[in-house]
Amino acid sequence: MAAVATNSIRKQFGEVVAVDGISLVARDGEFMVLLGPSGCGKTTLLRIIAGLETPTSGEVLIDGHVVNAMPPRARGIAMVFQSYGLYPHLTVWNNIAFPLRTQGTPRDEIKRKVEWAAGLLGIGHLAQRRPRELSGGERQRVALARALVRDPTVFLLDEPLSNLDAKLRASARSELKQFQQTVRTATIYVTHDQIEAMGMGDRIAVIDHGKLRQVGTPAEIYEHPADEFVASFVGTPPMNLIERDGGSMGFRPENFLPRQLLNGAPVAEFPFRVDRIEYLGSEHILYGALDGRKAKREVTAKLPAHATLEGISPGEWHKFAVREKELRYFDRDGCKVKNS
Amino acid sequence: MTALAVDAPHAKSRFLLDRADVMGTLFIAPAILYVFVLVALPFCLAIYYAVSAYTIFDPNYRFVGLKNFFDVMDSDVFRRTLINTFVFTIGAQVIGLLLGKFGAMLLMREFRGRAIARALVVLPWAVPVSLATLAWQWMFDSLYSVINWTLIAIGLMDPAQPAQWLGQQDLAMIAVTVVHAWRLFPFGVVIFIAGFTSVPKDVLDAATVDGAGFWRRNYQIILPMIAPIVMIALIFGTVFTFTDLSVVYLLTRGGPMNGTQVLGSLAFQVGILSGDVAHGAVICLFLFPFLLVAVIFLLRMLRRREI
Repeated sequence: MAAVATNSIRKQFGEVVAVDGISLVARDGEFMVLLGPSGCGKTTLLRIIAGLETPTSGEVLIDGHVVNAMPPRARGIAMVFQSYGLYPHLTVWNNIAFPLRTQGTPRDEIKRKVEWAAGLLGIGHLAQRRPRELSGGERQRVALARALVRDPTVFLLDEPLSNLDAKLRASARSELKQFQQTVRTATIYVTHDQIEAMGMGDRIAVIDHGKLRQVGTPAEIYEHPADEFVASFVGTPPMNLIERDGGSMGFRPENFLPRQLLNGAPVAEFPFRVDRIEYLGSEHILYGALDGRKAKREVTAKLPAHATLEGISPGEWHKFAVREKELRYFDRDGCKVKNS
Repeated sequence: MTALAVDAPHAKSRFLLDRADVMGTLFIAPAILYVFVLVALPFCLAIYYAVSAYTIFDPNYRFVGLKNFFDVMDSDVFRRTLINTFVFTIGAQVIGLLLGKFGAMLLMREFRGRAIARALVVLPWAVPVSLATLAWQWMFDSLYSVINWTLIAIGLMDPAQPAQWLGQQDLAMIAVTVVHAWRLFPFGVVIFIAGFTSVPKDVLDAATVDGAGFWRRNYQIILPMIAPIVMIALIFGTVFTFTDLSVVYLLTRGGPMNGTQVLGSLAFQVGILSGDVAHGAVICLFLFPFLLVAVIFLLRMLRRREI
């Protein structure tokens, strides 16, 4: 069943269209990621679902009911904000208890729930501290605990990891995913970080310029991008796009290999002029150009570090190739050509 | 080598201005001098005169101990004045800050002409106190005042007995308090706008999602968060109002029958206008213990300002 559904949501701020007719369904227990570059409208969409913004047109359904006319508190949602939005003058305990107090929950029920949530997130020992005395990771957990005590139908998370440093972010990512699998509550997670999206999402919704570009599992998004935008937004380095009659042709850098490494399967061969090579520890990235083909940007090839680079040197032409089944075709409008 | 040896004696004076201890002393000196000449010295002078029988008619210094203090405390006018000072100070603060809060909430909203409204709000602050008080004096006039005229027009006042705003003791007290509150109001607005804008949007959104309505957001989230700023404003305002005599002096001269006298105006009346410097100094010194408490409180607030 659908925990959250949006029906042709549109939001205009003056002349600017922030969200342009997005229809999206997040199922019960699903971890749905809204992925897109900054300013693409993903946060606005989340705030519309939360009820913090009113859509210009369209419907929001939560648990099967249209909630457009409902205030945020009545929607059965809980939200974690980018900078957590903890109440600085309240202790951790009171921060977590706040949403229960506003609902008039009985005192012993509050105590039970706060202790349960704090225990689940391992912040019980911080109960009497104030937010400013906590580390970034601890603050994030307090925000999650505060969201958890409300028994929401859906969690709305707005880039909750962006305030953490890179190392902490990696561990917080897996903790968050584990946490979601434990509580099994539908989650909508907004991020511009494709690694977070790929690593955490059951499904990813890619958004650009207020429009939904593709919804699918991380594998579908990566292997079969619906259009050139998705193809070049997801993946580092992004998919190579080469012009051809009536559109373009794409292939992932890791599928673009020296000809001699590809045996058996039918391949498309391209002479590749290697301009420079980057060594990244686990892999080499080769930057260059193709002979007689116009590419939308510098063509890259990604080779595992253990693959031999013998005979490949910058400034020379080499025979590279892609297996034909790894080639993706896009039409003149940048949309995926069927069956490609 | 020789060049270095020759330069060496100059080096000390040459880099004198780079030394933090020298520059520090130099920079702080004017402030210390200022406090000493204009605060410490007059304070000591006040004590010196308070224990004497000094008047401008008899300028010989005669030590009389605490006699002047007992004189002053025995006087009905002084006791009335002390009560007035508290009523005036607390009343003006409460009214000024309350109006300031609501004014700030209105001015935070988007509406046409907000920029003009914001500029107009600062007027009570910017207008010279003498001019403003003159305008208020007209408004409080018993015969032609807008206030009485309006109250009569809407039937709240008997036209045969218009209120003598500046002629009855209680009404005059209300009048001076209201005028001073009006002068404090822009300060309140500015403080509250600064406070409101310092509350992060995420916190307000979180409170909304957590189910806090307008009142709960205001009194459980915003107000506690900006409390340190408001407290500091409150104490500053208190100190300024406690020592202020301009509105009282301009509007009522402390009258009728000393009914609106505050410590500042009474001290001025007794010490300067009547020439009884000794008793005037005593009245002034009564400001000191109250201000001391306020300042200690202020400094403690400043120290634990962060929430």
